[in-house]
Amino acid sequence: MSALYASAVAEFRIALRNRWVAIAAALMALFAAVLAAAGSAAVGEVAADRLSVTVASLTSLAVYLVPLIALLMAFDAIAGEIERGTLPLALSYPVARATLLAGKFAAHLGVLALALVAGYGTAAVAAFATDPGAAAGLPALARLTLSSLALGATFLLAGYGLSALARRPGAAAGLAIGLWLVAVVLYDLGLLAAVVAAGEGGFATKVFPWLLVGNPADAFRLYNLAASGAAGAGAGVDAAAASIPVVQALASILLWPLAGFGLALRAFARVTP
Amino acid sequence: MLVIENVSKAFGATIALAGVGLRVAGGERVALLGHNGAGKSTLMKIVLGLLAADGGRVSVAGHAPGSRPAREITAHLPENAAFHPALTGREQVEYYLRLRGARAALARGLLERVGLAEAADRRIGTYSKGMRQRVGLAQALIGEPRLMVLDEPTSGLDPVTRREVYAILSELAGKGAAILLSSHALTEVEARTDRLVILARGQVRADDTLAGLRRRAGLPVRLHVSARPDAAERVAAALAARRVNGVGVDMLCAPDEKMARLGAVAALGALVEDVEVIPPSLEDLYTHFSQGDRP
Repeated sequence: MSALYASAVAEFRIALRNRWVAIAAALMALFAAVLAAAGSAAVGEVAADRLSVTVASLTSLAVYLVPLIALLMAFDAIAGEIERGTLPLALSYPVARATLLAGKFAAHLGVLALALVAGYGTAAVAAFATDPGAAAGLPALARLTLSSLALGATFLLAGYGLSALARRPGAAAGLAIGLWLVAVVLYDLGLLAAVVAAGEGGFATKVFPWLLVGNPADAFRLYNLAASGAAGAGAGVDAAAASIPVVQALASILLWPLAGFGLALRAFARVTP
Repeated sequence: MLVIENVSKAFGATIALAGVGLRVAGGERVALLGHNGAGKSTLMKIVLGLLAADGGRVSVAGHAPGSRPAREITAHLPENAAFHPALTGREQVEYYLRLRGARAALARGLLERVGLAEAADRRIGTYSKGMRQRVGLAQALIGEPRLMVLDEPTSGLDPVTRREVYAILSELAGKGAAILLSSHALTEVEARTDRLVILARGQVRADDTLAGLRRRAGLPVRLHVSARPDAAERVAAALAARRVNGVGVDMLCAPDEKMARLGAVAALGALVEDVEVIPPSLEDLYTHFSQGDRP
């Protein structure tokens, strides 16, 4: 316990001094403020309250930004220690690698939580300022915050795994950006292209929903849109996946961090300092 | 405390260690000497459990290297100790204290002990190499370790600090710690360790006390005779030796001839002002054992 705390405290201090805390919080707050401002222009006749609408647009922002911030924080975690030469000493201590990894994870998740509170808090304040009935959207905001943390956890752990596999910070950064591009950006496009190509066959109804829910970023989007009843209003991938129950998306969001920790630990265990 | 038997390790086609064996008892300070690439760091990593040996046996107080009980009683100082530049010396030492389950408040005392109390709250990024080495030493002192594995503990330190480091190590050895340290600075380990192990091409070439190494090497002893002015020529002729300058005469002799030669010098009586006996230096011994074909 003391060792986990040691690792977490040191890592949080490093994140604080490297300005990661400030950068992540500022990024989230900036994007949330821009979204809130853009959202307030197109009011129209919407049945939902202001905050629920904001949460829907935050979801589409977070699905890109949260994995990116997580990967950027995580890619250096193990490769950086290898390059600096700090890893052999830490590993000569009577501490399990899982404990060291868990400490780093706790610190980075804390940084991410601060950034999410800064970002979503900004958006929520803006929503309450323009709509007194915004409180109706609070459950959606809570769901968004917690699922964002789980999404961030998955990509933090993926970042550690890549960091351990690459063993060099430069290579780890490249792999991290590659993963972000493939898992978050290109995956949907690829699936959409596959659905269009396959037409109304078995692929679209049997395989496609599972492929969608299997990706943590898509599961995150599905969960938040479906839970707030906004999925029907979506288009393209979201509309095609409207048939997926919320519970499966939620399970995917929660299971990925567990699998991620196992995979990251396996990669870390194979590192010879 | 530390037993290494017949340990071998290869990296691909490169043989790093070929049947290395040595022992370090509690309270003993053993210096591991060898060229770069002789296998010193590899051996230390195996002792720490950071690398697995291909063959042979290592035991740390009866425990497997890298097992939790072994790591609990072992302290390590890596070569060129490195730390995160964004942390302060105090934070870094607190980190290592907590990793060992010790109280973080002990950092102050440790930093004082290695002479870093003043700089404790500055970031390590601003430290000199010697100061970083001291942080490394501070963490190696946590919890009175029973086995210390130190890779070049005094590299980058000034002569005064080197002396302090060896004083600390002697104190720990006095309390029963087994100390295995590697060094390039032969003159400094000469007087401050109990036994020397010379490693070359992955094999132990010699493992003995300094006196024992001298005996076994049988390297010639140099006698430097200072003659009276104008007598150097006659002294050199009488001893069948080489005149160095106006007053000095040098000769080399085998260790067992030393007393006979000294007798011959004494027989010259008033012609001789002084005589010095210069045993082979550790450098000579090291060269002899590390380059010789056979131990």
